[in-house]
Amino acid sequence: MSAPFTEEQVQRYARHIILPYIGGAGQRKLLEASVLCIGAGGLGSPVAMYLAAAGVGRLGILDFDRVDLTNLQRQIIHGTKDVGRPKVESAVDRLRDLNPTIEIVPYDTLLTSENAFEILEPWDVIVDGTDNFPVRYLVNDATQMLGKPLVYGSIYQFEGQATVFMPGPETPCYRCLFPQPPPPGTVPSCAEGGVFGVLPGIIGSIQATEAIKLITGVGEPLVGRLLLFDALSMEFTTVKLRWDADCPVCGKEPSITQLIDYERFCGVPARPDPEV
Amino acid sequence: MAVRVKLPTILRKHAGGEAQVEAEGTTVREVLVDLEARYPGITRNVLTDDGGLHRFINVYLNDEDVRYLGSLETAVRDGDTVSILPAVAGG
Repeated sequence: MSAPFTEEQVQRYARHIILPYIGGAGQRKLLEASVLCIGAGGLGSPVAMYLAAAGVGRLGILDFDRVDLTNLQRQIIHGTKDVGRPKVESAVDRLRDLNPTIEIVPYDTLLTSENAFEILEPWDVIVDGTDNFPVRYLVNDATQMLGKPLVYGSIYQFEGQATVFMPGPETPCYRCLFPQPPPPGTVPSCAEGGVFGVLPGIIGSIQATEAIKLITGVGEPLVGRLLLFDALSMEFTTVKLRWDADCPVCGKEPSITQLIDYERFCGVPARPDPEV
Repeated sequence: MAVRVKLPTILRKHAGGEAQVEAEGTTVREVLVDLEARYPGITRNVLTDDGGLHRFINVYLNDEDVRYLGSLETAVRDGDTVSILPAVAGG
């Protein structure tokens, strides 16, 4: 039997505990769940804050970057006083203030093929809030190989995409959606192309919603469907996302059975020294 | 057949900033060829040199990925929507 809610938990989570479908049982599941958020940027800000607020019992946050003034237009977990600090430190401060009763696990590091299994293994649900193709393919492959659900979100200028990749046979993964990354230089980054500040707030909130649904078992998860959002037309559309039987990672005869060199796969030069 | 083509942000510069445009054809390929005729350069990163689809761009006919239909030879009907969706990585 689980421990009963403390008096503080009853108050803190009152609006979930009285909510149909969530209730005390759903809140209990949240408190016993663990979620790792890859990235403490535009998507990671609302993801981590909503999951901390919801009482996810163990919340991991991974980022190797430092807070820059140009981040604050959209990365609302950080404040002006945090400029120059490691993002995970700044994020942990904000999350501890939001909810000091949960466990927060910071990873001030890059996710690589060498450390991915060790970092991802302890977590129930992984949320992808990274900002580059190599880490997105790495997170996809590692979660498929470890058998973990992955809540995917991605943004560009005014548009966003979100879906949930489940492990196991006959459900799609990121490689079923996009088998190959675009050649380097064809898709500008946020730094080069700009990004509408509210956009990651919307897509990240959708990712937090899906993570909570996976944990509580409430509703229909965004599996096998790709949600597309356009802020300019204010349109949400959903397209079908199918499992590819020829997928090199989750297909019938996988050709990729261990983690690879994702920078080479994506055609990008070796990672720059972050101090430069 | 007149269809509606929904453009991702990254391709809108070729079409005067429009989010959706009209194009004609009886197959997805013909629609893309007509689109290129109307807006030169717009399909340069959609179609490969030998006329296939790049693997980092998806084309949907209504809500179905054309890779799971008849690829570029999939027939289109009046009023269909063709959407072009590139992989994006921002976060």
